[in-house]
Amino acid sequence: MDVAAVFFYLFSAVTVASGFMVIAARNPVHSVLFLILAFVNSAGLFLLLGAEFLAMILVIVYVGAVAVLFLFVVMMLDVDFAELKQGFLQYLPLGVIIGAIVLVELVAGALTLVPSPLGKPAAPTPGVSNTQALGRVLYTQYLYFFEVAGLVLLVAMIGAIVLTLRHKRGVRRQSVAAQVARTKATSVEVRKVPSRTGV
Amino acid sequence: MPSLLSDYLPLVIFMAIAFAIGLALLIAPFIVAYKSPDPEKLSAYECGFNAFDDARMRFDVRYYLVSLLFIIFDLEVAFLFPWAVAFKEVGPLGFWSVIVFLGVLTVGFIYEWKKGALEWD
Repeated sequence: MDVAAVFFYLFSAVTVASGFMVIAARNPVHSVLFLILAFVNSAGLFLLLGAEFLAMILVIVYVGAVAVLFLFVVMMLDVDFAELKQGFLQYLPLGVIIGAIVLVELVAGALTLVPSPLGKPAAPTPGVSNTQALGRVLYTQYLYFFEVAGLVLLVAMIGAIVLTLRHKRGVRRQSVAAQVARTKATSVEVRKVPSRTGV
Repeated sequence: MPSLLSDYLPLVIFMAIAFAIGLALLIAPFIVAYKSPDPEKLSAYECGFNAFDDARMRFDVRYYLVSLLFIIFDLEVAFLFPWAVAFKEVGPLGFWSVIVFLGVLTVGFIYEWKKGALEWD
């Protein structure tokens, strides 16, 4: 067995085990941490496939950002998870059906029983790194999809602000522009004060 | 792809050494350190008082907004990596398509700034 196979079995075994622990862990924070472990090991699998860019993006975006978001959500929801898991078994038939459908789809896709609507995968480009091959087509051939991705990000940004931004009333903020715009004329008044009368 | 994977051999060695050192530092105290266990040493301690309630409380929703905005700019930067690598090959069309992409997200950034989403309260 060569070295790549050893690492393949290592990464996939840890991915499957941590995926199981995500749903089996009692503490939801532990679930998220196992999810991070699954992400990191999937990145290792991508690396073994030669998809270096995808592997690094998985680490940067999923582990660095999405998992943190999940942690915030888990810590924000004040749900009693032990109580939530009381009726866990009554959803078992539905879960088994959904899992079976996904399994059939995955197996059919892996054996290519169903023809892919996306057409043939691109031919490997020897001598060119993964990231470079992606960069060659993403900004020219797939220009519209790229710009649509930008619009999707814009919508997500605006949606996040609209949904979650709440300003407290009556907060006195520092306004740098107003401070800088002050002049001597608007802030200082010089008066002649007559003796023993006051202002 | 043996050539690609052999590029990662130094990384594997590096991580193996880091793991070994970390494990050694974790295990060594169990063997060499002086131990006198006491339940009071493990109890929660809060400025001389016993802890009032659970330390794990709800997070403010504003943390969520900050991390969501971070993800969006994170993804924006992720789109720029292939551009930087293939910069000499994509030509003017590739250059301007990325400028438009950045322009679209700058609209969102200006909105976010003017709306005060970057301020804490």
